[in-house]
Amino acid sequence: MNERIKPIVMPKWGLSMSEGKVTGWLKPAGSPVAPGDEIVEVETDKIAGVVEAHETGTLRRVIGEPDTVYPVKALIGVIADDEVPDAEIDAYVAEYATQAAAEAAEEEAPRTHFIDTPAGRLRYAKRGEGAENVILIHGFGGDLDNWLFNIDALAEAATVYALDLPGHGQSDKKLADPSLKGLSAALLGFMDALDIARAHLVGHSMGGAVAARTALDAPGRVASVTLIGSAGLGDEINAGYTDGFVQASSRRELKPVLEQLFHDPDTVTRQLVDDLLKYKRLDGVTEALTALSGALFAGGRQADQVAQALAATDVPALVIFGASDKVIPPDHAQAIGTRATVEVIEDAGHMVQMEKAARVNELILAHIA
Amino acid sequence: MARMISYKQAINEALDLEMRRDPTVILLGEDIVGGAGAPGEMDAWGGVLGVTKGLHAKHGNRLMDTPLSESAYIGAAIGAAACGMRPVAELMFLDFMGVCFDQIFNQAAKFKYMFGGKAKTPVVIRAMVGAGFRAAAQHSQMLTPLFTHIPGLKVVCPSNAYDAKGLLIQAIRDDDPVIFCEHKALYGSEADVPEESYAIPFGEANIVRDGRDVTLVGYGLTVPRALTAADTLARSGVSAEVIDLRTLSPIDWDTVIESVENTGRLVVIDEANPRCSIATDVAAYVAQNAFGALKAAPQMVTAPHTPVPFSPVLEDLYIPSADAIVAAVHKTTGPVKSAA
Repeated sequence: MNERIKPIVMPKWGLSMSEGKVTGWLKPAGSPVAPGDEIVEVETDKIAGVVEAHETGTLRRVIGEPDTVYPVKALIGVIADDEVPDAEIDAYVAEYATQAAAEAAEEEAPRTHFIDTPAGRLRYAKRGEGAENVILIHGFGGDLDNWLFNIDALAEAATVYALDLPGHGQSDKKLADPSLKGLSAALLGFMDALDIARAHLVGHSMGGAVAARTALDAPGRVASVTLIGSAGLGDEINAGYTDGFVQASSRRELKPVLEQLFHDPDTVTRQLVDDLLKYKRLDGVTEALTALSGALFAGGRQADQVAQALAATDVPALVIFGASDKVIPPDHAQAIGTRATVEVIEDAGHMVQMEKAARVNELILAHIA
Repeated sequence: MARMISYKQAINEALDLEMRRDPTVILLGEDIVGGAGAPGEMDAWGGVLGVTKGLHAKHGNRLMDTPLSESAYIGAAIGAAACGMRPVAELMFLDFMGVCFDQIFNQAAKFKYMFGGKAKTPVVIRAMVGAGFRAAAQHSQMLTPLFTHIPGLKVVCPSNAYDAKGLLIQAIRDDDPVIFCEHKALYGSEADVPEESYAIPFGEANIVRDGRDVTLVGYGLTVPRALTAADTLARSGVSAEVIDLRTLSPIDWDTVIESVENTGRLVVIDEANPRCSIATDVAAYVAQNAFGALKAAPQMVTAPHTPVPFSPVLEDLYIPSADAIVAAVHKTTGPVKSAA
């Protein structure tokens, strides 16, 4: 393939995504683009998102038609410098289809695995083969798919694991100890079972507090922490969200709760709501979530604080918040003080790692390097 | 974890999981094990289409082959439910319900009411419904409206394997008598189904496709037909919302009304005969409660008012087709030029 020409392809967001719909181009053909520029909007049955440029150049071809569905990895656009002749680009586009078909075969390997740990059977995904280990820890009510925009990007530089905590996703729903300590013990049990001696912990929301707790309890196992929209850094938490998520039993009740997670409430598709309802309806989930929210977030107050203790250690810490986080106040980002690298990202809510994936990935990669 | 399994497997799995969870769950029915009085292998049958196959090996005598007497074993199941068990009785074809109407309409449905709320009757009666199986007029009816007419009965008819498992688990855990209607033409249809237990609450319709121009309401086999129709309609620029009622008693009026308020048009699809059916019920309710939102008269796509024909050609014409649904939608929108 021509090295001077860079493809824009239908991304694969999440394990089950096989196709996506182009909903609109944010840049017209001929526009100059730079890494991080939002180029094209894509909608899947689960979530709407934006494809960003990874290269500098000119958007030479806009191939994906709006309102048209394309398989994952299909070529939807082309970036190249102005001096690349049109003929070369046309040849590239023509050749691309055959290459994609050849690559499709290797996608068949299982995307997630299960492992037995003292905290039960846990599901996880593993990507990449770097020397450093990174473990991604989702938040309250989340699962490993919360990292769907991050896991592959981080896997370029490290061996990346994302797990479903006990009570979450497809892991066992029984919670032996519904506390940060209990979840941290489950995480260490997971690391033991997979022979991960030491890892960079990247936690979102409740998962951030779990990462911090683990760094305090087992400093030798933790190379660094990245706390994203993290719990444990202050007193307040939006009880309307945590209680609402536990109590919502129908689509009608759950949708407005989920809309609080994002800067742009339209990000919440019907499929996202349905998938979370399906999770919430599994036996044992309501009990697990009720126990966790009671132990950690009762009455809109966070019971377990880690900021002060973490500030007193020398564990490298990166703190990222979305400026319009409606679940945990973004000023909690400052809780560890100047010892931590802190970034509050505009136009992002609680799910900042999904809404501003490129920036978050860049920060994490710099942090663990 | 989730994996693709069939509607039939999903029902088997729901029964297995609930029998493991709750020792009061028992199964009764004709030939649900090896056939009453028949010599030879236990578990040879597993029901007339093999839905309960394999459960005898796991749960032994908690499955009971009954004599060919619906009034006896449905009555026994209802009595056992009133005495603390959670029986699931398989009645093969809903068409045979006539011989045990008293047990269902006048006993099971009435206990809670007649005993001032002090009695509960957690019985599930599973039966196959629907045409398309070349099984002729006495084994192919969609008799759901007979049961929605009776206060005190819950009536369920899943359209896919995921719902079949979650709704059957809910039916078994529910304290009221549930008529669980399994569409035999859907037994082979597969969906992504979690291995774990989950219950889908009754009275919550599922919006299976979003749309702007017309609301298609169905249940059971008419849901995949409505989805096919919606694909066809999309090609001519008509955006159809498809609602799967899932449970007919209780019924989720809010979802239907909200949808019609957005689209302004209603087409109800029902495999039952046209008079006093789910279709007439939904059309009447919407006309009464959302008349101002309607841009056109509600349309109904149903079976004709005849027995189910044995002739395969006629039987295929009998069941509401995707083409008939498209034609009904065009009655509400006026003629639409094809984009092609």
